[in-house]
Amino acid sequence: MTKVEAIIQTSKLEAVKDALREIGVEGMTVLEARGHGRQKGHTEVYRGREYTVDLLPKIKLELVLADDMVERVVNAIATTARTGKIGDGKIFLSRVDEAIRIRNDDRGERAL
Amino acid sequence: MRRFAATGLLLLLSLFAPFFAYSQTNDASAARIAQLEQRLTDAQTSADNSWMLTSSALVLMMTGPGLALFYGGLVRKKNVLGTMMQSFALMALITVLWAFFGYSLCFGSGSSFVGGLHHLFLRGVGLQPEPAYSPTIPHQTFMVYQLMFAIITPALISGAFAERMKFSAMVLFMVLWSILVYDPMAHMVWGKGGFLNASLGGQFPALDFAGGTVVHVTSGVSALVCALYLGKRLGYPQEAMPPHSVVLSFIGACLLWVGWFGFNAGSALGSGPLATSAFVATHFGAAAAAVGWSAAEWLRNGRPSALGAISGAVAGLVAITPAAGFVKPMPALLIGLIAGVFCYFMVAVVKARFGYDDSLDAFGVHGAGGTLGALLTGIFAASAVNPIFKDAQGNVLPSGLLEGNARQLLNQSVAVLIAWGLAIVGTLIILKIVDVTVGLRVSEDAEIQGLDLSQHGEEGYFWEVST
Repeated sequence: MTKVEAIIQTSKLEAVKDALREIGVEGMTVLEARGHGRQKGHTEVYRGREYTVDLLPKIKLELVLADDMVERVVNAIATTARTGKIGDGKIFLSRVDEAIRIRNDDRGERAL
Repeated sequence: MRRFAATGLLLLLSLFAPFFAYSQTNDASAARIAQLEQRLTDAQTSADNSWMLTSSALVLMMTGPGLALFYGGLVRKKNVLGTMMQSFALMALITVLWAFFGYSLCFGSGSSFVGGLHHLFLRGVGLQPEPAYSPTIPHQTFMVYQLMFAIITPALISGAFAERMKFSAMVLFMVLWSILVYDPMAHMVWGKGGFLNASLGGQFPALDFAGGTVVHVTSGVSALVCALYLGKRLGYPQEAMPPHSVVLSFIGACLLWVGWFGFNAGSALGSGPLATSAFVATHFGAAAAAVGWSAAEWLRNGRPSALGAISGAVAGLVAITPAAGFVKPMPALLIGLIAGVFCYFMVAVVKARFGYDDSLDAFGVHGAGGTLGALLTGIFAASAVNPIFKDAQGNVLPSGLLEGNARQLLNQSVAVLIAWGLAIVGTLIILKIVDVTVGLRVSEDAEIQGLDLSQHGEEGYFWEVST
Protein backbone atom coordinates (compact mmCIF):
# COMPACT_ATOMS: atom_id res chain seq x y z
CA MET A 1 0.00 0.00 0.00
CA THR A 2 1.29 3.42 -0.93
CA LYS A 3 0.54 6.87 0.46
CA VAL A 4 0.26 9.63 -2.12
CA GLU A 5 0.73 13.16 -0.81
CA ALA A 6 0.10 15.86 -3.38
CA ILE A 7 0.54 19.60 -2.81
CA ILE A 8 -1.32 21.55 -5.49
CA GLN A 9 -2.61 25.02 -6.32
CA THR A 10 -5.88 25.83 -4.53
CA SER A 11 -7.55 26.60 -7.85
CA LYS A 12 -6.91 23.05 -9.09
CA LEU A 13 -8.70 21.14 -6.36
CA GLU A 14 -12.04 20.68 -8.14
CA ALA A 15 -10.40 19.49 -11.35
CA VAL A 16 -8.17 17.00 -9.52
CA LYS A 17 -11.09 15.64 -7.46
CA ASP A 18 -13.10 15.10 -10.66
CA ALA A 19 -10.19 13.33 -12.38
CA LEU A 20 -9.67 11.03 -9.38
CA ARG A 21 -13.34 10.15 -9.20
CA GLU A 22 -13.28 9.25 -12.87
CA ILE A 23 -10.54 6.64 -12.37
CA GLY A 24 -12.34 5.08 -9.42
CA VAL A 25 -10.63 6.59 -6.37
CA GLU A 26 -13.06 6.43 -3.48
CA GLY A 27 -11.31 8.05 -0.52
CA MET A 28 -9.08 11.06 0.11
CA THR A 29 -8.21 13.62 2.74
CA VAL A 30 -7.92 17.29 1.82
CA LEU A 31 -6.03 19.80 3.95
CA GLU A 32 -5.59 23.54 3.61
CA ALA A 33 -1.91 24.29 3.84
CA ARG A 34 0.53 27.14 3.41
CA GLY A 35 3.95 26.87 1.94
CA HIS A 36 6.29 27.45 -0.96
CA GLY A 37 9.02 25.84 -2.96
CA ARG A 38 10.75 28.18 -5.35
CA GLN A 39 7.67 30.34 -5.81
CA LYS A 40 8.09 33.94 -4.71
CA GLY A 41 5.49 35.43 -2.41
CA HIS A 42 3.82 38.80 -2.78
CA THR A 43 3.71 42.07 -0.87
CA GLU A 44 0.65 43.46 0.89
CA VAL A 45 0.40 47.01 2.15
CA TYR A 46 -1.67 48.14 5.17
CA ARG A 47 -1.58 51.79 6.22
CA GLY A 48 1.71 52.29 4.50
CA ARG A 49 3.41 49.25 6.05
CA GLU A 50 4.57 46.48 3.73
CA TYR A 51 4.14 42.84 4.62
CA THR A 52 5.82 40.09 2.60
CA VAL A 53 3.59 37.06 2.37
CA ASP A 54 5.72 34.07 1.31
CA LEU A 55 3.70 31.29 2.85
CA LEU A 56 1.18 30.87 0.09
CA PRO A 57 -2.12 29.01 0.36
CA LYS A 58 -1.98 25.51 -1.07
CA ILE A 59 -4.10 22.37 -0.98
CA LYS A 60 -2.65 19.09 0.22
CA LEU A 61 -4.29 15.82 -0.83
CA GLU A 62 -3.57 12.59 0.98
CA LEU A 63 -4.56 9.22 -0.44
CA VAL A 64 -3.61 5.68 0.58
CA LEU A 65 -3.94 3.27 -2.34
CA ALA A 66 -3.32 -0.27 -3.45
CA ASP A 67 0.01 -0.35 -5.30
CA ASP A 68 -1.60 -1.13 -8.67
CA MET A 69 -3.62 2.15 -8.53
CA VAL A 70 -0.67 4.43 -7.81
CA GLU A 71 0.55 4.98 -11.39
CA ARG A 72 -2.87 6.03 -12.67
CA VAL A 73 -3.54 8.29 -9.68
CA VAL A 74 -0.19 10.07 -9.95
CA ASN A 75 -0.77 10.70 -13.67
CA ALA A 76 -4.30 11.94 -13.06
CA ILE A 77 -3.16 14.39 -10.41
CA ALA A 78 -0.09 15.60 -12.26
CA THR A 79 -1.79 16.21 -15.62
CA THR A 80 -4.84 17.89 -14.07
CA ALA A 81 -2.92 20.07 -11.63
CA ARG A 82 -0.21 21.19 -14.05
CA THR A 83 -0.14 24.79 -15.36
CA GLY A 84 3.52 24.80 -16.35
CA LYS A 85 4.39 27.66 -13.97
CA ILE A 86 6.41 27.64 -10.79
CA GLY A 87 4.08 26.91 -7.86
CA ASP A 88 2.26 23.92 -9.40
CA GLY A 89 3.33 21.76 -6.46
CA LYS A 90 4.75 18.30 -5.80
CA ILE A 91 3.68 14.67 -5.26
CA PHE A 92 5.36 12.39 -2.75
CA LEU A 93 4.98 8.64 -2.43
CA SER A 94 5.69 6.59 0.67
CA ARG A 95 5.03 3.07 1.87
CA VAL A 96 2.20 2.37 4.33
CA ASP A 97 2.74 -0.40 6.90
CA GLU A 98 -0.92 -1.08 7.74
CA ALA A 99 -4.43 0.20 7.15
CA ILE A 100 -7.42 -0.39 9.44
CA ARG A 101 -11.09 0.40 8.86
CA ILE A 102 -12.42 1.66 12.16
CA ARG A 103 -16.00 0.59 11.57
CA ASN A 104 -15.39 -3.13 11.23
CA ASP A 105 -11.67 -3.67 11.80
CA ASP A 106 -10.89 -4.61 8.14
CA ARG A 107 -7.14 -4.81 7.59
CA GLY A 108 -4.76 -4.32 4.68
CA GLU A 109 -6.04 -3.58 1.18
CA ARG A 110 -9.57 -4.52 2.26
CA ALA A 111 -9.52 -1.45 4.47
CA LEU A 112 -8.73 0.93 1.58
CA MET B 1 -85.82 114.84 36.59
CA ARG B 2 -85.08 111.32 37.82
CA ARG B 3 -86.15 109.87 34.52
CA PHE B 4 -83.74 112.17 32.72
CA ALA B 5 -80.97 111.17 35.13
CA ALA B 6 -81.70 107.48 34.70
CA THR B 7 -81.80 107.77 30.89
CA GLY B 8 -78.67 109.90 30.95
CA LEU B 9 -76.91 107.31 33.05
CA LEU B 10 -78.06 104.53 30.76
CA LEU B 11 -76.86 106.49 27.74
CA LEU B 12 -73.55 107.11 29.42
CA LEU B 13 -73.17 103.50 30.31
CA SER B 14 -74.02 102.43 26.81
CA LEU B 15 -71.17 104.61 25.58
CA PHE B 16 -68.88 102.39 27.57
CA ALA B 17 -70.50 99.18 26.39
CA PRO B 18 -68.08 98.72 23.46
CA PHE B 19 -65.22 98.97 25.89
CA PHE B 20 -66.62 96.15 27.98
CA ALA B 21 -67.15 94.06 24.93
CA TYR B 22 -63.70 94.94 23.61
CA SER B 23 -61.85 93.96 26.76
CA GLN B 24 -63.70 90.64 26.75
CA THR B 25 -62.41 90.02 23.21
CA ASN B 26 -58.98 91.34 24.21
CA ASP B 27 -58.73 88.83 27.06
CA ALA B 28 -59.79 86.00 24.78
CA SER B 29 -57.30 87.04 22.10
CA ALA B 30 -54.47 87.27 24.55
CA ALA B 31 -55.22 83.84 25.87
CA ARG B 32 -55.45 82.50 22.36
CA ILE B 33 -52.14 84.06 21.36
CA ALA B 34 -50.47 82.68 24.45
CA GLN B 35 -51.82 79.27 23.62
CA LEU B 36 -50.60 79.49 20.04
CA GLU B 37 -47.18 80.66 21.16
CA GLN B 38 -46.94 77.70 23.50
CA ARG B 39 -47.88 75.36 20.69
CA LEU B 40 -45.23 76.91 18.47
CA THR B 41 -42.65 76.41 21.19
CA ASP B 42 -43.79 72.83 21.60
CA ALA B 43 -43.54 72.25 17.86
CA GLN B 44 -40.03 73.69 17.80
CA THR B 45 -39.07 71.52 20.75
CA SER B 46 -40.56 68.49 19.04
CA ALA B 47 -38.57 69.04 15.89
CA ASP B 48 -35.30 69.83 17.64
CA ASN B 49 -35.65 67.12 20.26
CA SER B 50 -36.36 64.39 17.75
CA TRP B 51 -33.23 65.27 15.82
CA MET B 52 -31.17 65.57 19.00
CA LEU B 53 -32.27 62.24 20.39
CA THR B 54 -31.54 60.66 17.02
CA SER B 55 -28.15 62.34 16.98
CA SER B 56 -27.40 61.03 20.45
CA ALA B 57 -28.13 57.51 19.28
CA LEU B 58 -25.97 58.03 16.19
CA VAL B 59 -23.01 59.19 18.24
CA LEU B 60 -23.30 56.24 20.60
CA MET B 61 -23.36 53.99 17.56
CA MET B 62 -20.04 55.53 16.53
CA THR B 63 -18.46 53.95 19.59
CA GLY B 64 -20.40 50.75 19.54
CA PRO B 65 -20.16 49.14 17.11
CA GLY B 66 -18.50 51.74 14.88
CA LEU B 67 -15.16 52.23 16.60
CA ALA B 68 -15.20 48.75 18.10
CA LEU B 69 -15.37 47.22 14.64
CA PHE B 70 -12.97 49.70 13.06
CA TYR B 71 -10.29 49.07 15.66
CA GLY B 72 -11.21 45.42 16.14
CA GLY B 73 -10.56 44.60 12.53
CA LEU B 74 -7.17 46.29 12.58
CA VAL B 75 -5.66 44.17 15.37
CA ARG B 76 -4.57 40.55 15.28
CA LYS B 77 -7.23 37.90 15.75
CA LYS B 78 -6.09 37.07 19.26
CA ASN B 79 -6.84 40.63 20.39
CA VAL B 80 -10.17 41.33 18.70
CA LEU B 81 -12.36 40.97 21.78
CA GLY B 82 -9.93 42.79 24.03
CA THR B 83 -9.97 45.72 21.63
CA MET B 84 -13.75 45.80 21.32
CA MET B 85 -14.10 45.44 25.05
CA GLN B 86 -12.12 48.64 25.55
CA SER B 87 -14.71 50.63 23.62
CA PHE B 88 -17.66 48.87 25.17
CA ALA B 89 -16.40 49.22 28.72
CA LEU B 90 -16.31 52.96 28.22
CA MET B 91 -19.91 53.01 27.03
CA ALA B 92 -20.81 51.67 30.43
CA LEU B 93 -18.23 53.31 32.64
CA ILE B 94 -18.28 56.86 31.32
CA THR B 95 -22.06 56.88 31.49
CA VAL B 96 -21.99 56.23 35.21
CA LEU B 97 -19.28 58.81 35.83
CA TRP B 98 -21.18 61.30 33.71
CA ALA B 99 -24.35 60.81 35.68
CA PHE B 100 -22.54 61.23 38.98
CA PHE B 101 -20.30 64.21 38.29
CA GLY B 102 -18.98 64.22 34.74
CA TYR B 103 -21.76 66.33 33.31
CA SER B 104 -21.40 68.79 36.14
CA LEU B 105 -17.65 69.15 35.68
CA CYS B 106 -18.12 69.83 31.98
CA PHE B 107 -21.24 71.96 31.81
CA GLY B 108 -21.89 73.23 35.29
CA SER B 109 -20.90 76.77 36.14
CA GLY B 110 -17.50 76.92 37.73
CA SER B 111 -14.24 78.53 36.79
CA SER B 112 -12.92 79.28 33.34
CA PHE B 113 -11.19 75.93 33.30
CA VAL B 114 -13.56 73.43 34.81
CA GLY B 115 -17.19 73.27 35.89
CA GLY B 116 -18.45 72.96 39.42
CA LEU B 117 -20.50 70.38 41.24
CA HIS B 118 -23.86 72.10 40.99
CA HIS B 119 -25.19 69.29 38.85
CA LEU B 120 -23.82 66.46 40.99
CA PHE B 121 -25.98 63.39 40.40
CA LEU B 122 -27.69 65.44 37.69
CA ARG B 123 -29.32 67.75 40.16
CA GLY B 124 -31.18 70.43 38.27
CA VAL B 125 -30.99 68.58 34.99
CA GLY B 126 -34.65 68.14 34.20
CA LEU B 127 -36.87 68.24 31.19
CA GLN B 128 -37.08 72.00 30.80
CA PRO B 129 -34.47 73.51 28.49
CA GLU B 130 -31.21 74.93 29.77
CA PRO B 131 -31.30 78.22 27.89
CA ALA B 132 -27.56 78.87 27.98
CA TYR B 133 -26.84 75.74 26.00
CA SER B 134 -29.91 74.63 24.10
CA PRO B 135 -33.05 76.74 24.48
CA THR B 136 -35.41 74.44 22.60
CA ILE B 137 -34.69 70.95 23.93
CA PRO B 138 -34.99 69.38 27.37
CA HIS B 139 -31.84 69.76 29.46
CA GLN B 140 -31.62 65.98 29.75
CA THR B 141 -31.44 65.66 25.98
CA PHE B 142 -28.47 68.01 25.95
CA MET B 143 -26.92 66.07 28.80
CA VAL B 144 -27.30 62.68 27.16
CA TYR B 145 -26.09 64.00 23.83
CA GLN B 146 -22.92 65.34 25.37
CA LEU B 147 -22.48 62.04 27.21
CA MET B 148 -21.98 60.26 23.91
CA PHE B 149 -19.05 62.56 23.14
CA ALA B 150 -17.56 61.86 26.54
CA ILE B 151 -17.76 58.17 25.74
CA ILE B 152 -16.12 58.14 22.34
CA THR B 153 -13.26 60.50 23.15
CA PRO B 154 -11.38 58.19 25.52
CA ALA B 155 -12.27 55.21 23.35
CA LEU B 156 -10.23 56.75 20.55
CA ILE B 157 -7.10 56.63 22.68
CA SER B 158 -7.25 52.84 22.87
CA GLY B 159 -5.95 52.76 19.33
CA ALA B 160 -2.51 53.75 20.55
CA PHE B 161 -2.02 51.11 23.20
CA ALA B 162 -3.80 48.33 21.36
CA GLU B 163 -2.74 44.75 21.96
CA ARG B 164 -0.64 45.44 25.05
CA MET B 165 -2.48 47.27 27.83
CA LYS B 166 -3.99 45.56 30.84
CA PHE B 167 -7.75 45.87 31.03
CA SER B 168 -7.64 46.90 34.68
CA ALA B 169 -5.06 49.56 33.85
CA MET B 170 -7.19 50.84 31.00
CA VAL B 171 -10.23 51.17 33.25
CA LEU B 172 -8.30 53.18 35.83
CA PHE B 173 -6.62 55.25 33.15
CA MET B 174 -9.90 56.14 31.49
CA VAL B 175 -11.60 57.15 34.73
CA LEU B 176 -8.75 59.52 35.56
CA TRP B 177 -8.40 60.78 31.99
CA SER B 178 -12.04 61.67 31.63
CA ILE B 179 -11.88 63.68 34.87
CA LEU B 180 -8.48 65.33 34.41
CA VAL B 181 -8.39 65.92 30.65
CA TYR B 182 -11.77 65.60 28.97
CA ASP B 183 -13.95 67.40 31.51
CA PRO B 184 -11.76 70.52 31.72
CA MET B 185 -11.27 70.71 27.95
CA ALA B 186 -14.97 70.29 27.26
CA HIS B 187 -15.74 72.94 29.84
CA MET B 188 -13.24 75.38 28.39
CA VAL B 189 -14.64 75.10 24.88
CA TRP B 190 -18.33 74.45 25.48
CA GLY B 191 -19.12 75.19 29.12
CA LYS B 192 -20.53 78.36 30.62
CA GLY B 193 -17.70 80.81 31.16
CA GLY B 194 -15.20 78.49 29.56
CA PHE B 195 -11.84 80.04 28.73
CA LEU B 196 -12.18 79.17 25.06
CA ASN B 197 -15.94 79.36 24.67
CA ALA B 198 -16.88 81.30 21.56
CA SER B 199 -20.49 81.95 22.50
CA LEU B 200 -20.51 82.03 26.30
CA GLY B 201 -17.84 84.48 27.29
CA GLY B 202 -14.48 82.94 26.58
CA GLN B 203 -11.29 84.98 26.76
CA PHE B 204 -9.97 83.27 23.63
CA PRO B 205 -13.14 82.35 21.77
CA ALA B 206 -12.27 79.28 19.73
CA LEU B 207 -14.45 77.89 16.99
CA ASP B 208 -14.87 74.20 17.66
CA PHE B 209 -18.24 73.12 16.44
CA ALA B 210 -18.30 69.47 17.39
CA GLY B 211 -15.02 68.77 19.12
CA GLY B 212 -11.93 69.05 16.92
CA THR B 213 -9.91 70.09 19.95
CA VAL B 214 -12.08 68.65 22.72
CA VAL B 215 -12.33 65.19 21.21
CA HIS B 216 -9.72 64.62 18.55
CA VAL B 217 -6.70 66.65 19.58
CA THR B 218 -6.93 65.61 23.23
CA SER B 219 -7.40 61.92 22.48
CA GLY B 220 -4.95 61.88 19.58
CA VAL B 221 -2.14 63.56 21.49
CA SER B 222 -2.83 61.47 24.58
CA ALA B 223 -2.60 58.46 22.30
CA LEU B 224 0.88 59.48 21.20
CA VAL B 225 1.98 59.92 24.80
CA CYS B 226 0.61 56.48 25.66
CA ALA B 227 2.32 54.86 22.69
CA LEU B 228 5.66 56.38 23.67
CA TYR B 229 5.29 55.61 27.37
CA LEU B 230 4.11 52.02 26.97
CA GLY B 231 6.59 51.24 24.25
CA LYS B 232 6.21 49.12 21.17
CA ARG B 233 4.43 45.83 20.87
CA LEU B 234 6.62 42.71 21.10
CA GLY B 235 8.08 42.10 17.70
CA TYR B 236 7.23 45.53 16.30
CA PRO B 237 8.20 46.53 13.63
CA GLN B 238 9.97 43.39 12.36
CA GLU B 239 7.10 40.96 12.87
CA ALA B 240 4.19 41.15 10.47
CA MET B 241 1.04 42.30 12.23
CA PRO B 242 -1.46 42.94 9.48
CA PRO B 243 -5.12 43.60 10.30
CA HIS B 244 -6.93 40.34 10.90
CA SER B 245 -10.11 41.61 9.25
CA VAL B 246 -10.20 44.67 7.03
CA VAL B 247 -13.84 43.64 6.48
CA LEU B 248 -14.71 44.46 10.09
CA SER B 249 -12.81 47.73 9.85
CA PHE B 250 -14.69 48.59 6.68
CA ILE B 251 -18.04 48.06 8.34
CA GLY B 252 -16.89 50.05 11.34
CA ALA B 253 -15.71 52.93 9.20
CA CYS B 254 -19.01 53.17 7.36
CA LEU B 255 -20.87 53.20 10.65
CA LEU B 256 -18.54 55.96 11.80
CA TRP B 257 -19.30 58.03 8.69
CA VAL B 258 -23.05 57.72 9.14
CA GLY B 259 -22.84 58.20 12.88
CA TRP B 260 -20.76 61.34 12.38
CA PHE B 261 -23.85 63.09 11.05
CA GLY B 262 -25.12 62.90 14.60
CA PHE B 263 -21.75 64.03 15.91
CA ASN B 264 -21.47 67.12 13.71
CA ALA B 265 -24.97 68.01 12.56
CA GLY B 266 -26.29 67.24 16.03
CA SER B 267 -23.90 69.82 17.41
CA ALA B 268 -26.24 72.40 15.92
CA LEU B 269 -28.39 71.48 18.92
CA GLY B 270 -31.43 71.90 16.74
CA SER B 271 -32.97 70.71 13.52
CA GLY B 272 -32.77 73.93 11.55
CA PRO B 273 -30.58 75.14 8.70
CA LEU B 274 -27.38 75.03 10.77
CA ALA B 275 -27.83 71.29 11.15
CA THR B 276 -28.15 71.04 7.38
CA SER B 277 -25.00 73.04 6.91
CA ALA B 278 -23.06 70.84 9.30
CA PHE B 279 -24.48 67.69 7.74
CA VAL B 280 -23.42 68.72 4.24
CA ALA B 281 -19.98 69.87 5.36
CA THR B 282 -19.44 66.60 7.22
CA HIS B 283 -20.31 64.46 4.26
CA PHE B 284 -18.27 66.51 1.83
CA GLY B 285 -15.27 66.47 4.15
CA ALA B 286 -15.38 62.68 4.44
CA ALA B 287 -15.73 62.11 0.72
CA ALA B 288 -12.97 64.51 -0.33
CA ALA B 289 -10.60 63.06 2.25
CA ALA B 290 -11.22 59.53 1.01
CA VAL B 291 -10.34 60.76 -2.45
CA GLY B 292 -7.26 62.57 -1.16
CA TRP B 293 -5.87 59.65 0.81
CA SER B 294 -6.57 57.20 -2.01
CA ALA B 295 -4.97 59.46 -4.58
CA ALA B 296 -1.87 59.87 -2.44
CA GLU B 297 -1.68 56.14 -1.91
CA TRP B 298 -2.25 55.39 -5.57
CA LEU B 299 0.59 57.68 -6.54
CA ARG B 300 2.96 56.37 -3.90
CA ASN B 301 2.18 52.64 -3.99
CA GLY B 302 0.69 52.14 -7.42
CA ARG B 303 -2.63 50.94 -6.02
CA PRO B 304 -5.34 52.42 -3.74
CA SER B 305 -6.27 50.13 -0.87
CA ALA B 306 -9.61 49.60 0.83
CA LEU B 307 -8.07 50.28 4.22
CA GLY B 308 -6.58 53.48 2.86
CA ALA B 309 -9.86 54.70 1.44
CA ILE B 310 -11.78 54.17 4.66
CA SER B 311 -8.96 55.65 6.73
CA GLY B 312 -9.05 58.68 4.48
CA ALA B 313 -12.75 59.12 5.08
CA VAL B 314 -12.22 58.97 8.83
CA ALA B 315 -9.41 61.52 8.60
CA GLY B 316 -11.70 63.87 6.73
CA LEU B 317 -14.44 63.44 9.28
CA VAL B 318 -11.97 64.27 12.02
CA ALA B 319 -10.75 67.40 10.29
CA ILE B 320 -14.22 68.70 9.46
CA THR B 321 -15.42 68.19 13.03
CA PRO B 322 -14.40 71.62 14.36
CA ALA B 323 -15.43 73.28 11.10
CA ALA B 324 -18.73 71.58 10.35
CA GLY B 325 -21.11 74.30 11.50
CA PHE B 326 -18.93 77.19 10.36
CA VAL B 327 -17.89 76.52 6.77
CA LYS B 328 -19.60 76.40 3.42
CA PRO B 329 -19.70 73.24 1.28
CA MET B 330 -16.81 74.03 -1.04
CA PRO B 331 -14.37 74.83 1.76
CA ALA B 332 -15.56 71.62 3.43
CA LEU B 333 -14.42 69.69 0.36
CA LEU B 334 -11.08 71.45 0.48
CA ILE B 335 -10.60 70.78 4.18
CA GLY B 336 -11.36 67.12 3.56
CA LEU B 337 -8.97 66.86 0.65
CA ILE B 338 -6.11 68.43 2.58
CA ALA B 339 -6.81 66.22 5.60
CA GLY B 340 -6.83 63.06 3.51
CA VAL B 341 -3.41 63.76 2.04
CA PHE B 342 -1.94 65.13 5.27
CA CYS B 343 -3.07 62.22 7.45
CA TYR B 344 -1.90 59.70 4.87
CA PHE B 345 1.50 61.30 5.07
CA MET B 346 1.42 61.25 8.88
CA VAL B 347 0.51 57.58 8.99
CA ALA B 348 2.52 56.16 6.12
CA VAL B 349 5.65 58.30 6.29
CA VAL B 350 6.08 60.15 9.59
CA LYS B 351 5.20 57.22 11.80
CA ALA B 352 7.67 54.92 10.06
CA ARG B 353 10.38 57.57 10.18
CA PHE B 354 10.04 58.18 13.93
CA GLY B 355 9.33 54.56 14.74
CA TYR B 356 6.66 54.95 17.43
CA ASP B 357 4.05 52.22 17.70
CA ASP B 358 0.80 54.14 17.53
CA SER B 359 -0.80 50.85 16.65
CA LEU B 360 -4.06 52.05 15.13
CA ASP B 361 -2.97 55.56 14.17
CA ALA B 362 -4.93 57.41 16.80
CA PHE B 363 -2.37 60.21 16.70
CA GLY B 364 -1.87 60.18 12.96
CA VAL B 365 -5.56 60.51 12.24
CA HIS B 366 -7.13 62.13 15.29
CA GLY B 367 -4.30 64.12 16.80
CA ALA B 368 -2.90 65.40 13.53
CA GLY B 369 -6.24 65.59 11.73
CA GLY B 370 -7.88 67.38 14.60
CA THR B 371 -5.08 69.93 14.84
CA LEU B 372 -5.23 70.56 11.11
CA GLY B 373 -9.00 70.90 11.14
CA ALA B 374 -9.00 73.30 14.08
CA LEU B 375 -6.54 75.59 12.31
CA LEU B 376 -8.33 75.41 8.96
CA THR B 377 -11.54 76.34 10.76
CA GLY B 378 -9.89 79.61 11.69
CA ILE B 379 -9.30 80.24 8.01
CA PHE B 380 -12.55 79.15 6.44
CA ALA B 381 -15.20 79.99 9.06
CA ALA B 382 -17.96 82.12 7.51
CA SER B 383 -20.44 84.22 9.45
CA ALA B 384 -23.00 83.65 6.69
CA VAL B 385 -23.14 80.03 7.81
CA ASN B 386 -23.05 80.74 11.53
CA PRO B 387 -23.11 84.30 12.85
CA ILE B 388 -21.32 83.40 16.04
CA PHE B 389 -19.54 86.68 16.67
CA LYS B 390 -21.58 89.82 17.21
CA ASP B 391 -20.73 93.24 18.51
CA ALA B 392 -22.52 95.02 21.37
CA GLN B 393 -25.20 96.32 19.01
CA GLY B 394 -25.91 92.84 17.65
CA ASN B 395 -24.20 93.34 14.29
CA VAL B 396 -22.61 90.24 12.88
CA LEU B 397 -18.82 90.19 12.88
CA PRO B 398 -16.56 88.18 10.56
CA SER B 399 -15.69 84.67 11.73
CA GLY B 400 -12.56 83.47 9.97
CA LEU B 401 -9.42 84.66 8.25
CA LEU B 402 -10.80 84.73 4.71
CA GLU B 403 -13.67 86.85 5.91
CA GLY B 404 -11.34 89.35 7.50
CA ASN B 405 -10.93 88.07 11.06
CA ALA B 406 -7.25 87.28 11.23
CA ARG B 407 -7.28 87.08 15.02
CA GLN B 408 -9.34 83.92 14.90
CA LEU B 409 -6.32 81.90 13.86
CA LEU B 410 -4.69 83.01 17.09
CA ASN B 411 -7.69 81.85 19.09
CA GLN B 412 -7.70 78.53 17.30
CA SER B 413 -4.00 78.13 17.99
CA VAL B 414 -4.52 78.86 21.68
CA ALA B 415 -7.21 76.18 21.84
CA VAL B 416 -5.00 73.70 20.04
CA LEU B 417 -2.04 74.46 22.30
CA ILE B 418 -4.14 74.09 25.42
CA ALA B 419 -5.47 70.77 24.13
CA TRP B 420 -1.95 69.54 23.41
CA GLY B 421 -0.65 70.74 26.74
CA LEU B 422 -3.50 69.34 28.78
CA ALA B 423 -3.30 66.04 26.95
CA ILE B 424 0.46 65.68 27.37
CA VAL B 425 0.67 66.73 30.99
CA GLY B 426 -2.52 65.02 32.08
CA THR B 427 -1.75 61.79 30.33
CA LEU B 428 1.80 61.59 31.65
CA ILE B 429 0.60 62.06 35.22
CA ILE B 430 -2.14 59.49 34.82
CA LEU B 431 0.13 56.95 33.16
CA LYS B 432 2.57 57.28 36.01
CA ILE B 433 -0.16 56.79 38.60
CA VAL B 434 -1.59 53.76 36.83
CA ASP B 435 1.83 52.26 36.21
CA VAL B 436 2.77 52.55 39.86
CA THR B 437 -0.51 51.19 41.19
CA VAL B 438 -1.84 48.61 38.76
CA GLY B 439 0.87 48.27 36.12
CA LEU B 440 0.21 49.32 32.54
CA ARG B 441 1.36 46.54 30.23
CA VAL B 442 0.37 42.93 30.17
CA SER B 443 3.16 40.42 30.75
CA GLU B 444 5.11 39.14 27.76
CA ASP B 445 3.37 35.79 27.96
CA ALA B 446 -0.03 37.42 28.09
CA GLU B 447 0.84 39.63 25.13
CA ILE B 448 1.89 36.62 23.07
CA GLN B 449 -1.19 34.68 24.15
CA GLY B 450 -3.38 37.63 23.25
CA LEU B 451 -5.67 39.92 25.20
CA ASP B 452 -8.81 37.90 24.50
CA LEU B 453 -7.54 34.91 26.42
CA SER B 454 -5.31 36.62 28.96
CA GLN B 455 -7.59 39.52 29.93
CA HIS B 456 -11.02 38.08 29.29
CA GLY B 457 -10.73 34.28 29.09
CA GLU B 458 -12.42 34.22 25.71
CA GLU B 459 -11.73 33.68 22.06
CA GLY B 460 -13.24 35.93 19.45
CA TYR B 461 -13.80 33.16 16.92
CA PHE B 462 -14.17 29.59 18.05
CA TRP B 463 -14.05 27.99 14.62
CA GLU B 464 -12.45 24.78 15.80
CA VAL B 465 -12.82 21.44 14.08
CA SER B 466 -14.24 19.68 17.12
CA THR B 467 -17.81 20.37 18.17
